[in-house]
Amino acid sequence: MKHKLGFVVACFAALALYPAVAGSFGLDLVTKIMVYAIFALSLELLVGATGLVCFGQAAFFGIGAYAAVLLSPANGDAPGLWWLLPASVAAAAAYAAVMGALCLRTQGVYFIMVTLAFAQMAYYIVHDTPLGGGTDGIYLTAKPVLGPAASPWLDLDKPLAIYGFTLACLALQFGFMALLLCSRFGRALAGIKANEQRMRATGFSTYPYKLAAFVISGGMAGLGGFLFGVKDGFVNPELMSWHLSGAVLIMIILGGLGHLRGALIGAFAFALLQEFFKSEAIFGAFAKHWTLGLGLTIIASVALLPRGLVGLPGQLAARLTGQRPSSAAAANASEAP
Amino acid sequence: MTVLLQGHQLTRRWGGLVAVNQVSLALESGTVHAVIGTNGAGKSTLINLLSGETEPSSGQVQLLGQDVTRWSQPQRARAGLGRSYQRNTIYPGFTVLENCRLAAQARHPQPWQWWRDAQRCEFSMGAARAAVARTGLDAVADRQAGLLSHGQKRQLEIAMCLATGPQVLLLDEPLAGMGAEETERMLALLTELRQGHAILLVEHDMDAVFRIADTITVMVNGSVIATGSPDAVRHNPEVQAAYLGGH
Repeated sequence: MKHKLGFVVACFAALALYPAVAGSFGLDLVTKIMVYAIFALSLELLVGATGLVCFGQAAFFGIGAYAAVLLSPANGDAPGLWWLLPASVAAAAAYAAVMGALCLRTQGVYFIMVTLAFAQMAYYIVHDTPLGGGTDGIYLTAKPVLGPAASPWLDLDKPLAIYGFTLACLALQFGFMALLLCSRFGRALAGIKANEQRMRATGFSTYPYKLAAFVISGGMAGLGGFLFGVKDGFVNPELMSWHLSGAVLIMIILGGLGHLRGALIGAFAFALLQEFFKSEAIFGAFAKHWTLGLGLTIIASVALLPRGLVGLPGQLAARLTGQRPSSAAAANASEAP
Repeated sequence: MTVLLQGHQLTRRWGGLVAVNQVSLALESGTVHAVIGTNGAGKSTLINLLSGETEPSSGQVQLLGQDVTRWSQPQRARAGLGRSYQRNTIYPGFTVLENCRLAAQARHPQPWQWWRDAQRCEFSMGAARAAVARTGLDAVADRQAGLLSHGQKRQLEIAMCLATGPQVLLLDEPLAGMGAEETERMLALLTELRQGHAILLVEHDMDAVFRIADTITVMVNGSVIATGSPDAVRHNPEVQAAYLGGH
């Protein structure tokens, strides 16, 4: 337990110190990765903690991003962060409440398909109507600030400010989820994932628990979307596409399902692999086929690391000590998130 | 004796198949009521109807004098009805104590609390420790449930039921797959649990059933063909012909 906490603290400390050595590209890249990590953590609550494989998570991410832009004043005045952020998160959570209320009446592959369908509905609303600016998307005229508009305490137009604010959001979200998953509510979600039938037989009405997890997850994904929209100052329908829902699912699988730090590691690994295979300096003209390299790497990772990158040290230790990986995995199955 | 759970004229149809046909039974406090029958006789469906997992096509279920026919399974569980399944339904990744603690949490007045470590909940931890002790699992309380022996897993199933503080226990083949020693241990546990509970026992081990049951109901093709004391059932010619094979 201590080494897991130590790892997480070390990661956050490294992220806090990173701006001291980073250039503008690095700062922007790591900000984007931290937004992905927030997004991945939101899905981890559904997939890793509750056993609900949602294939429409990008809808909440996109709604958070679009809300940030659409709710901002059109006259170019900087919106207040204090109201724009909660409003964007609330918009995503509200859509999650409606979507969850209906999707959670299905199970298994039907649940996956219905969540995808809801996300595609949101996608086409912004893609095909003037509301979302169509395929061109919409620009954010002024980035949110905290404090007086003339001399704000926090101006998210500054790269260092958006970096620090994203890091703070990620740290708070991580802490919140760690607390949540160890609580009675979180343990009930773990029970639902392990055996919903037994939970009902024990006296838990599981539907409200799953719906609450869905809404919290949607709100957190909305937070990620908000930060993404504010960082880039631009939103387009791709933020709600099924590609992004698939990408975030890959992040948490790559990192290791059932572990909060797995979502963090997965987001970093996915984004860095993406940058690596896109690099023309390394791959030359072949870099335009970066999805091929990324796909093959992910297939190899899933085949070779069944417990994700989080399980890699255990897998190596098992190999070195001659212990069977399956028993090592079983012994670790109950570990805390 | 007080009747704690009563099924009245329970019927369950799936299309043309009548899985349970007009079955009535009453479970009294301090007694073990066994239901026997061949595979497909409707025993597990009957438990599902009583526990609320399956809705009856017709008939009525009363728990502690209240009509609970339209109640959901979780509502019935919280009202004092515990059940175990034919196959293990424990949470294999959790410790034995955590399996019971989570079960006990269902009765907590604030099961949704999200800001405090669940392990610090005295209410559910107390109930879990008591259930673990009562089922003789103290020595393995901190062991991961998936690593227990088959017999211990069956005991844990019952411990999880007990952690919810039930008055009625519906046990679906608790002795399935057990060796002689484990069976003896489980029978001793059931005998001890008889005090303060009404137990419905669905079981294929006839020796065990005739040793422990106060009342036996025999089902064939969804219908009850006999109900009575073990002696009366043993000597019932219809039962002998249909099920016991002349034992």
